[in-house]
Amino acid sequence: MWDYTPIVKDHFLNPRNVGDIPDADAVGEVGSLACGDALKLYLKLDDNKEKIVDAKFQTFGCASAIASSSALTEMVKGKTLDEALAVSNQDIAEFLGGLPEEKMHCSVMGQEALEVAIFKYRGLEVPDHDAEHDHGHAYPDYEGTLVCKCFGITDTFLKKVIADNGLTTSEQVTNFTKAGGACGSCIPKIKELIAEVLGQAKEAAAKPKLSNLKKMQLVQEVLERDIRPMLRADGGDLELIDIDGDHVLIAFRKACAGCASSGNTAKFVEMKLRELVYEGLHVQEVSA
Amino acid sequence: MKEIYLDNNATTKVDEAVFEEMKPYFCELYGNPSSMHYFGGQVQSKTTEARKRVADLLGTSPDEIIFTACGTESDNTAIRSALEVLPDRKHIITSRVEHPAVLTQCRNLTSKGYRVTEIGVDGAGRLDMEEYKKAIDDDTAIVSFMWANNETGVIFPVEEAAAIAKKNGALFHTDAVQAVGKIPINMAASKIDMLSLSGHKLHAPKGIGALYVRKGTPFRPLMVGGHQEKSRRAGTENAAAIIALGKACQLAGEFMEAENTTVKAKCNYLEKELLAAIPHARINGGGADRLPNTTSIAFEFVEGEAILLLLSELGICASSGSACTSGSLEPSHVLRAMGVPFTCAHGSIRFSLSRYTTNAEIDAVIKELPPIIARLRQMSPFGREFLK
Repeated sequence: MWDYTPIVKDHFLNPRNVGDIPDADAVGEVGSLACGDALKLYLKLDDNKEKIVDAKFQTFGCASAIASSSALTEMVKGKTLDEALAVSNQDIAEFLGGLPEEKMHCSVMGQEALEVAIFKYRGLEVPDHDAEHDHGHAYPDYEGTLVCKCFGITDTFLKKVIADNGLTTSEQVTNFTKAGGACGSCIPKIKELIAEVLGQAKEAAAKPKLSNLKKMQLVQEVLERDIRPMLRADGGDLELIDIDGDHVLIAFRKACAGCASSGNTAKFVEMKLRELVYEGLHVQEVSA
Repeated sequence: MKEIYLDNNATTKVDEAVFEEMKPYFCELYGNPSSMHYFGGQVQSKTTEARKRVADLLGTSPDEIIFTACGTESDNTAIRSALEVLPDRKHIITSRVEHPAVLTQCRNLTSKGYRVTEIGVDGAGRLDMEEYKKAIDDDTAIVSFMWANNETGVIFPVEEAAAIAKKNGALFHTDAVQAVGKIPINMAASKIDMLSLSGHKLHAPKGIGALYVRKGTPFRPLMVGGHQEKSRRAGTENAAAIIALGKACQLAGEFMEAENTTVKAKCNYLEKELLAAIPHARINGGGADRLPNTTSIAFEFVEGEAILLLLSELGICASSGSACTSGSLEPSHVLRAMGVPFTCAHGSIRFSLSRYTTNAEIDAVIKELPPIIARLRQMSPFGREFLK
């Protein structure tokens, strides 16, 4: 028996937002009967056509496919289209408290349907290049060369999933996309794609572009290592309250709190962070 | 919640009488049956009795029974042995719908210089005998066909197939794990050389199996070491489980008529009522001769794992040929070999009954399953299209 989390079970047994929206603004459909799972997602936008005000789904598939669809509709409601596009398959899996790795393709299917719906709404429809193939069409919107003939999956889509999820083995790729899971003849090609994506990842690492997480880590490190010891030497201290984008919110403590020159101290902290972390940072003192 | 257990082709409850029979052989009568002293001797007399009971169920003699650890071991032993005793023959014949215990081993042997032919089945799961007759030749060492299919219950004409093997000088093995205890078997009047059975499919515990090897059949053991089982399977005997298997076979013989009357009637009733209550459902292997306890029903436009989990919420235990249940990505190789359309294969559910199955349990399934299928079809984009 699969080890499903209580959240997966809840969304399977009591799925939210099942059904259709007759006057939907955007509809995304992925999967097929042959594949064993399929999802049709309906989105309704507000009058300004900015925010998603309602989302409904129909799913043919196993418990985790139904739960992933239910989770997806809950997650995108209230989001703008751009915010919704930022929802990744990991976000869906995380919302559900995790999915067994063999079932990660269900979360990918959810993210896919969302993309298809929004792309189509924006007129960015990509042609279904493998229409002649009668089995697959799992992810019809991804152009590229067909890699997995059994499930109709292209190299473009595989590279995206490999990169997004940091996959390193062909078994993982099968768990996430199904590719290679039937006849297995494309597994060597999948291994090549992994090598290609890993190669690109190494290049990217050489010229770092800070992710939010990395930025937060570096800010904390610099505060602990370079700044707080100096303040403490003068009987003062500071506390990191929050990091909001490029805004670092700090509160002064001990001797620094209420000190007439704390404004200068804040400037000093900002200078240090810009020097050691990233130029675009702003430091703001808050009274928390 | 009391379970409604309709997954007896997966495993069965150990019969209380079987458990009672094996119990003393753990803490009290724990001797080694091979020992010279009286203490081992009294265990040996019980394992001898057990061997006789297994032989009786198969209509054969006790020295043709080798105890093993499971059905898979029996299958592996039989095929390996045949290839060793007929070293000049490099061809293996099996079917596309075998259990992995046979199929995986055969496929692995292709990398060791063997040619493997997998015989197909028709839409009802019946073996293609014409294809088999064409495939067999004087290079064929072993033919291995299951007696009855675990997923659909379809019974193969193994006697006829064994006669054809014999004519061609090949050995014939049958994986009878699902057949033994459910349908009458008489090896005395048979051309079958080797037969595998498994204890836990007939109300004995897990971890015990047997291989029947016809007297005079050349044989090479898989396990070597001690002299146990007349050096045909080395390793200290699992005495308590052997004794349990003996008792289970005795009981299976006693219940054979009930299996083919009352159990069969319950299974047929379940099938008939579900087909009547649920549109767009079909029996996999419906046109074929089948085991009395097994029905595999395909429900279109829905997926098997979802059905199983909703049944499971109600305490009803069944199994599925769907892809998602097994962790593989394609529906069962058996249903695909039968050419069951994808619309049905993903939504196939197997119910397998036993002599413990009650009418009330069958009625519960007949009541609970139709709304589950309706609910999932309502949720499925294909189901909704179809319902319009």
